[in-house]
Amino acid sequence: MAVIEVSDLRRTYKTTTGIIRRRPLEVEAVRGVTFAVEQGELFGLLGPNGAGKTTTIKMLITLLLPTSGTAHVLGLDVVAQARDLRKRIGYVFGGDRGLYERLSALDNLRYFAELYGVSGKEQRRRIDQVLELVGLKGRERERVEGYSRGMRQRLHIARGILHDPEVVFLDEPTIGVDPVGARELRQTIGDLIAAGKTVLLTTHYMFEADALCNRIAVIAKGQIVGEGTPTELKAGVAEGQVLEIEVFGVDESILGRLRDVPTVTAVSVEELDQKQLLVVQATGEREVAAPLLAQLDGIEVGRVSSREPTLEDAYVALVGDAS
Amino acid sequence: MIRTARLLAFGWVLHFKMLSQSAFDGFLAILWPLFFATVAFFMFRHGSRNAALGPIALGAAVMGVWTATSVSASSALQRERRLGTLELLVAAPTNLALILLPVALATSTIGLYCIVATLLWARILFGIHVPVAHPLPFGLGILGIVFTIGSLGFLMAVAFVRSRRAWAIGAVSEYPVWLICGFLVPISLLPHWVKPISWVLGPTWGMRAIHAGAFGGSAWGDVALCFALGLAYIAFGNLLLGRMIDAARRRATLSLT
Repeated sequence: MAVIEVSDLRRTYKTTTGIIRRRPLEVEAVRGVTFAVEQGELFGLLGPNGAGKTTTIKMLITLLLPTSGTAHVLGLDVVAQARDLRKRIGYVFGGDRGLYERLSALDNLRYFAELYGVSGKEQRRRIDQVLELVGLKGRERERVEGYSRGMRQRLHIARGILHDPEVVFLDEPTIGVDPVGARELRQTIGDLIAAGKTVLLTTHYMFEADALCNRIAVIAKGQIVGEGTPTELKAGVAEGQVLEIEVFGVDESILGRLRDVPTVTAVSVEELDQKQLLVVQATGEREVAAPLLAQLDGIEVGRVSSREPTLEDAYVALVGDAS
Repeated sequence: MIRTARLLAFGWVLHFKMLSQSAFDGFLAILWPLFFATVAFFMFRHGSRNAALGPIALGAAVMGVWTATSVSASSALQRERRLGTLELLVAAPTNLALILLPVALATSTIGLYCIVATLLWARILFGIHVPVAHPLPFGLGILGIVFTIGSLGFLMAVAFVRSRRAWAIGAVSEYPVWLICGFLVPISLLPHWVKPISWVLGPTWGMRAIHAGAFGGSAWGDVALCFALGLAYIAFGNLLLGRMIDAARRRATLSLT
């Protein structure tokens, strides 16, 4: 039996628009999401900002009620058995907030240990253990307000796993953390899996998902648009070609013309220092460089190269199809 | 039971620690009561009520407890929301009421300082001596008023959970409660329609108990009512909290800042 089972989960937000005459507005953040996560798996929810990742995770950790559909974690219903479920799951989110800044890391951990019913004797052992795991041993008596972002994030993880949960939900845990700190955090996440936890991770960093996740679901506009192992997702675009073209001064109208070239499935543009990098995905073996370059007539073109598809290409193709 | 007591005690210690490290709350707690007490003493000294300065000193002392608690406790949930900890508290398996109650009690404990500081201020600067005829009911009255104000703060925190301007609602309630609960003027002077409001407010009975303890009279009934109303606020707040949190989970307002 899967540890996390989500079936046709939906969540609609009701809000209002307008200042004087307020009109009701409904936003469908999650539109019929279905997936399952097995014991000991590190499952990634990958998607752009506003895709519905955080809303999905918040329904699973009982902070939001679903509009419809069902979700079970460890066999417990996230709506009807919320209190029982909370004891057995951990939640960690990214960013600076979520800690008592004026207290030391130790006081923060002791407080959450109390909230999760960790007994006094067990507290000392668990706090030592998690501080060791996240590399904050020796710094625990310092006030959190003096911590770097990476240290705060590691403290978040320590807090989230303090009560030894069976399932850990990580919502963009490396957001805003410097590369070295992010690498250490990924190591910590890997250690969670080694310790037998089941982890659901949301991120929009491709390399992070590629490096960490056993399986990934790509979510866009509230729907899952692709699911599989990183290798399977990459294979979805492997039969095609990925061309990288350095250009100068390409605008949206030219991008539109490139997208209209037969066999082209996705076009994205990356702004570099002095130039732009066009990443074009196309299906089949047919020569695609010539018709693309024809559409770039009048534009200064630099280096043109082709390469193996990456997870990012798979992601761009999937998210591009959804838009 | 032991776990609950531990949780309440630990929560109280931590929140007291946090509040005592806040420059703003420190300023509010240390200077505000003395400022209000000074204004009250001058007002009454230059009026025709020179003989009533003892009760005024006690009333001004309790005003400080309410001032320290009303804004701070009513915005307690908003503060957690701003820190990003509210969702984590809701996601914990502990009843949220047991998490919030120590927050409100910690703020009202800071008010204990207000009582001592105001009475010393009155003694040293204005030469007002407050006799204590019955020390036990007087002491229990003080504890009762701190408890009932903390409980009322908890109820306010719960009631305003969905309001982003909870602190403003707390601030607005500051002066009316001084009057309605008879901190400065006896409630017998208030219009009849106000009196039922006074009766359902625990600080009214706490104030009466402190007066009776200080100047003579039976305080036990007032002490009992003061504690009973405090407990009633906690029970009602607990009931309300479940509904409020369910509504917040339905409307997705837990993380709004």
